[in-house]
Amino acid sequence: MATVTLTKKACSVNPLKMSQPIGGTLAFMGLRGAMPLLHGSQGCTSFGLVLFTRHFKEAIPMQTTAMSEVATVLGGYENVEQAVLNIYNRTKPEIIGICSTGVTETKGDDVEGYIKLIKEKHEIVRNLPLVYVSTPDFKDAFQDGWEKTVTRMVEVLVETPKSSERKDPQRVNVLPGCHLTPGDLEELRTIIEDFGLKPTFLPDLSGSLDGHIPDDFTPTTIGGVGIEEIATMGQAGWTIAIGAQMRAAAEALQKKTDIPYRLFERLCGLEANDELMAFLMEISGRPAPMKYRRQRGQLVDAMLDGHFHIGGRRLAIGAEPDLLYDVGSFLTEMGAQIVAAVTTTQSPILEKLPTENVLIGDLEDLETFARERNCDLLVTHSHGRQAAERLKIPFFRLGIPMFDRLGGGHQLTVGYRGGRDLVFDVSNLIMADHDENHQPTPETWRDGMDSIHGAASH
Amino acid sequence: MSSVKATIQDVFNEPGCGKNANKSEAERKKGCTKQLQPGGAAGGCAFDGAKIALQPLTDVAHLVHGPIACEGNSWDNRGAKSSGSNIWRTGFTTDINETDVVFGGEKRLYKSIKEIIEKYDPPAIFVYQTCVPAMIGDDIDAVCKAAREKFGKPVIPINSPGFVGPKNLGNKLAGEALLAHVIGTEEPDYTTPYDINIIGEYNLSGELWQVKPLLDELGIRILSCISGDGKYKEVAYSHRAKAAMMVCSKAMINVARKMEERYSIPFFEGSFYGIEDTSDSLREIASLLIQRGAPAELMDRTEALIQREESKAWAAIAKYKPRFQGKKVLLITGGVKSWSVVAALQEAGLELVGTSVKKSTKEDKERIKELMGQDAHMIDDMTPREMYKMLRDARADIMLSGGRSQFIALKASMPWLDINQERHHAYMGYVGMVKLVEEIDKALYNPIWAQVRRAAPWENPANNWQERAMAAAAADAAALAADPVKAEQVRRAKKICNCKSVELGVIEDAIAAHALTTVEGVREHTNASGGCGACAIRIEEILAEKATPPHAIAAE
Repeated sequence: MATVTLTKKACSVNPLKMSQPIGGTLAFMGLRGAMPLLHGSQGCTSFGLVLFTRHFKEAIPMQTTAMSEVATVLGGYENVEQAVLNIYNRTKPEIIGICSTGVTETKGDDVEGYIKLIKEKHEIVRNLPLVYVSTPDFKDAFQDGWEKTVTRMVEVLVETPKSSERKDPQRVNVLPGCHLTPGDLEELRTIIEDFGLKPTFLPDLSGSLDGHIPDDFTPTTIGGVGIEEIATMGQAGWTIAIGAQMRAAAEALQKKTDIPYRLFERLCGLEANDELMAFLMEISGRPAPMKYRRQRGQLVDAMLDGHFHIGGRRLAIGAEPDLLYDVGSFLTEMGAQIVAAVTTTQSPILEKLPTENVLIGDLEDLETFARERNCDLLVTHSHGRQAAERLKIPFFRLGIPMFDRLGGGHQLTVGYRGGRDLVFDVSNLIMADHDENHQPTPETWRDGMDSIHGAASH
Repeated sequence: MSSVKATIQDVFNEPGCGKNANKSEAERKKGCTKQLQPGGAAGGCAFDGAKIALQPLTDVAHLVHGPIACEGNSWDNRGAKSSGSNIWRTGFTTDINETDVVFGGEKRLYKSIKEIIEKYDPPAIFVYQTCVPAMIGDDIDAVCKAAREKFGKPVIPINSPGFVGPKNLGNKLAGEALLAHVIGTEEPDYTTPYDINIIGEYNLSGELWQVKPLLDELGIRILSCISGDGKYKEVAYSHRAKAAMMVCSKAMINVARKMEERYSIPFFEGSFYGIEDTSDSLREIASLLIQRGAPAELMDRTEALIQREESKAWAAIAKYKPRFQGKKVLLITGGVKSWSVVAALQEAGLELVGTSVKKSTKEDKERIKELMGQDAHMIDDMTPREMYKMLRDARADIMLSGGRSQFIALKASMPWLDINQERHHAYMGYVGMVKLVEEIDKALYNPIWAQVRRAAPWENPANNWQERAMAAAAADAAALAADPVKAEQVRRAKKICNCKSVELGVIEDAIAAHALTTVEGVREHTNASGGCGACAIRIEEILAEKATPPHAIAAE
């Protein structure tokens, strides 16, 4: 339904976008005992580290090859080698995930070649899984980095099952997009397990970045999916991919293991979750547990209660493609109208967004549209705070980074419960704004019909 | 890039830096930058450092020329505060793409500058160079010059791409850019005998405003603060100040020293953290201004103000004494800044059980060695488990540290207070110190600690993860004790000099082989302390140990 346009500006102002290497890094953080490593100058890592620390309020494992100017020109073999050996000696990781950056891609370092050489030269790391993904900063965005990294994990870490091996129909692979929070994954795990199925999440941020108190101090990731479990993903009966960004990984998995996949472009909202329930009923051969029948009723009730507040809202939303489509569509189903939509990168899903146009742009664009088009609800990540202050409209924080509020890692949008909570949160925000800023006075309707347009838009 | 190299060499030659002055010619050339260790480094790059130093200038548009990572991942994340413009919080970046990498990004940069001027019309634009455009040869100096001529506005190139070094080098390169392009380019409307510059203060959490009222009361004018709550033109006419205070961190020592050289503005190194340090700094300011011609009565007024404020602050802190009776603080920081808060904490009745060894008394040092076994400089090198053990062994009631160790403390259900730059509270001047004590009280007496330390119903308190962590640490230690060869290996493998990556064993061997007695000698043979110089104190200790024959210890 929507056309997609690219910004014509030379200068990006108030970026919505983040870089793809750190999207890849986040994916590696969903593996157990992992140390993500950025091949670049140490600032590349430090900025990502600070970003994630502020979002998750957790210690974040992340390392750098610390490329100097000279190393950058001569090539980074020695830096990658030293980094791998140092990380191995200091933290004994189960896997090191390497993402390239703009610096090393401009030179064109052959990291796959380096890895081969390092393994030949150093016996101690010969059996240590090293997964490399090419993610130059000057291309694509955060979501693309995640997509490429998970696809690469499938290609490198999943083993092709031997023909004699029996499939386990109860096992289900789940490939979640980066728009899902650790809280979302936890919710999905519960739902899938309630159907008697055994899910493997790749990657699994719910074990690693859900804010739990760890059982030990380890400098690598804590929790997350283990590499031996990933290796056996070929035994599952089905793969569930969530978000259009996960199609590539699901296809790679199918190609390698012959497992059919079902792609859920959305898991936020009534219809999307009805589809998930129907699918789980089908593959498990079990009826939906009572609790989901109750939760469905709660969501329907929440939608009825919330539509008074969300209905008619003129929405300005800025998010990465899958999150934009997922939550934007649900708010549209609640009666809001997407009047301004900005995203970070190309995706086939954007055309399906229920609005006229999506701009690949920045938060300056979103703010300008919101002002020109009289929007009265802003939805984007925490960097929308300055625009919200100037626009003086209610601001719902969604996505990474969420550094000026707590609980970003637990924000729920999936499942009937996620939809219900989202309706309440957005409605409450709108109600509070109404009470604070839009109480009628004896003057509100003084101008008769002329005053109605303004009143209606609030 | 050759001009960046020249600037870096110039920065390395900084005679105002005490550490630098102690080095030989050849070592100085190598620079003070810590050699970054792949897979073991932490902290920002030179671009990060440059931006940290300059971004608090509130009315400047800060444009980052590079791929999205450099600005997109990090914008609007500083806690500096502005009393006026907010344009410094706007994220501007050229967000270069693949085409720019192939064909060059200069055109995009020029157009970006034009767009910013058309839309935001700031008094000045700072253009930050990053790694990728530096590699492909984008000449930001030329673009800035062209834009300056075309638009008649200051467009300042900040040449500090990330890969030239760490954050502290970036701070200095930022200072060089101000010296080269900004300072001395405008004139103030008027001057007074009471005009000062404050250099290297960023107004984080608005802390400068905890001190400014005192200066206002004394009639002292901050002509320019570089860069907290600063404005472009204030920096441009800062060369008319009578005196300057350089805030401790040394981040911009080159600015202070070169302004003294070029404009005869005397400066001192001071701090507004801690009660005594604040008083000393006020006295220093008054004294420098009087030397430069301000009336001598300024000192009388300053002393009166100090007396009044100190007695108010001590009285406010004294109230906490009964509450802090017997409470222990573990202070972990490599920074000098926090040292000046020690007196206030002790005055409030807190017992200090650990801190950095810099500037500490011999007695303190012994206790710290016992508790921590190493310089706080090496905290970065500690594993989380080691840090946890330190917390437990110290039997501290609260930990004060920088942000990086916060999760260790919080996961260990230990009250924790941020005293580094990410902190949310302002702790400067007299009011700031009282505020710090108040925050410690809040953290210590929060009832959640009793709650979160409760064992879960399914947990065996003798076998929880905390105990297991301690047991594992004890097992490691026992294994070492049982294996003297391994223990000796581990002891010798302890890294003494982080910058040049020199281990204790190497230093000991050099001392033995060449009969060395001085830090200089050790440096010559091992390169240890050839970097930042912070480990010189540790090398002195090693030398002292080696110099003392065993029987002398027994005799002591």
